[in-house]
Amino acid sequence: MRRQLPLSLHLGAVLTLLLVAMALLSLLWTPYPAEQVRVIARLKPPSAAHWLGTDHFGRDVLSMIMVGARNSLSVGAAAVGLGLLGGVPLGLLAAGLGRWGDEVVARLGDLVFAFPAVLTAILLTAAVGAGAINVVVALALFNAAVLARVTRGAALAAWRRPFVGAALALGRGPLSVTLVHVLPNIAGIIVVQATVLFAVAIVNEAALSYLGLGIQPPSPSWGKMLGDAQTYLFTAPLQAVFPGVAIALCVMGLTMLGDGLRDWLDPRHRSSGVM
Amino acid sequence: MLAFLLRRLASLIVTVWLATIVVFTVLQLVPGDPALLMLGVNAQPDTLAALRSQMGLDQPILTRYLDWAGGLARGDLGVSLTYARPVAELVVERLTVTLPLALLSLAISTVLALPLGLYAAARRGRGGDWAVLGFAQLGVSMPSFWIAILLILLFSLTLHWFPAGGFPGWGGGIGPALHALVLPALALAVPEAAILARVTRTAVLDTLGEDHVRTARAKGVGRTAVLLRHALPNALIPVATVLGLQISFLVAGAVVVENVFTLPGLGRLLYQAIGQRDLIVVQGVVVLLALFVVVVSALVDIACALADPRPKGVSS
Repeated sequence: MRRQLPLSLHLGAVLTLLLVAMALLSLLWTPYPAEQVRVIARLKPPSAAHWLGTDHFGRDVLSMIMVGARNSLSVGAAAVGLGLLGGVPLGLLAAGLGRWGDEVVARLGDLVFAFPAVLTAILLTAAVGAGAINVVVALALFNAAVLARVTRGAALAAWRRPFVGAALALGRGPLSVTLVHVLPNIAGIIVVQATVLFAVAIVNEAALSYLGLGIQPPSPSWGKMLGDAQTYLFTAPLQAVFPGVAIALCVMGLTMLGDGLRDWLDPRHRSSGVM
Repeated sequence: MLAFLLRRLASLIVTVWLATIVVFTVLQLVPGDPALLMLGVNAQPDTLAALRSQMGLDQPILTRYLDWAGGLARGDLGVSLTYARPVAELVVERLTVTLPLALLSLAISTVLALPLGLYAAARRGRGGDWAVLGFAQLGVSMPSFWIAILLILLFSLTLHWFPAGGFPGWGGGIGPALHALVLPALALAVPEAAILARVTRTAVLDTLGEDHVRTARAKGVGRTAVLLRHALPNALIPVATVLGLQISFLVAGAVVVENVFTLPGLGRLLYQAIGQRDLIVVQGVVVLLALFVVVVSALVDIACALADPRPKGVSS
């Protein structure tokens, strides 16, 4: 039976695809080189030559936002990818191992949640210096903890279902049951959670780059652009608007995609709009 | 119930202990000599030696950890290199900014979110519901530091209603101090309110379907009274749970927003300590913030368990 796709899934997918397309396009083409400094053209308002104006070094803001999309999405993808690699096997293991494994994963989760990603990144920066790697590590740890918890819960429920019992009765080993029966059944839940975590990663990366602890200049990042723009709020207020709109659209796209996917996979949620 | 409380307390102690090990260990990753990193290459040899001895760098690592953790338990976080004052003293001083900021933003977000969530649930599927959901979607999509910059642009630079940054201190009276905290608290509160409004709406909708609420309606209790007296109190448990989870986001948000508004709070202290390479301050503040998150989460967990009449499950 075909179910109608939720509106939020459509909107979220379109927004996200547009941003990914913009990030990919920046690999081939930007209106100007994103790091090109032209001091004579500094802090210009939007015009035909510079659609979104220029920053305090005369760099083209649109080009910087395009490259910034690439940087943000790369950090987000790395943080979520590593989180999936660490968290999903851990969650499956916890569900499969029973009480002891469960307890260990739960306590590890508590430990990671004690440190908001921003705090972990600050701690790492204090130890080894600023850089995007710290951000990826801090966010990946957080994501792995969340994903381990979600995977564990979903896998425990899946283990109790009759077809898993049937597979076990037919003599399949726990590893094969996990890979063939449990994982495919909980993949949807994991994908939904990963999408939401991607959005959280984008916000955190921006915040850390705003503080100068994330992506390092001259490579453009949305957060750093907002940090620079704050100094010139009087002369060029619009510079504090465009990168923020980019962050908000990106986060909105990903959260709507996550919401839509969840509604589509689990129609019970559709009417309530639970987050 | 007692078993649940004991379990929760045991796991709290384990988490606290592990958190101190993590903070201590990460700062051992500093490449080379931490004393040299903090003082710079031009430091005098005797100053370096004095700092090494103060930081216990001449001791084995286990002794150093035990000394530090012992100090932490007594409330002694070491002496800041930059400020030449005990870190604990600095923390208490900065808390007079961060704590009111956090409380004010919690208050604003709750005052905004509960009525919005309740209203959306009452108008389910209609214009008002969609408006609240739209606000919530927008609110969760905007990072608090960007909201902060936009608020400065509108309320400080354009309308001149609030200061764009800085803090006059509590010495000059409550009025000016609170005035300086309004915009930062609002910036922190908007994303929180967006999440809370959604949770409130969902929780109220869930309770509206329950038997006791339908019985109340069948007995002739009015719509508003049912919402306020029956649906809302029951919806408060999930709302409180989410509020507890938000504490960690609030801590992270405060670190960033304090820097947008140059507020002399804990977050600003931590941020400046990185620039000043004051590892003793970083270590002390990070471990305190982590302990704060752990303890508040445990308290919320326990409070929700006490308030929830259903049988206690195994904590996850």
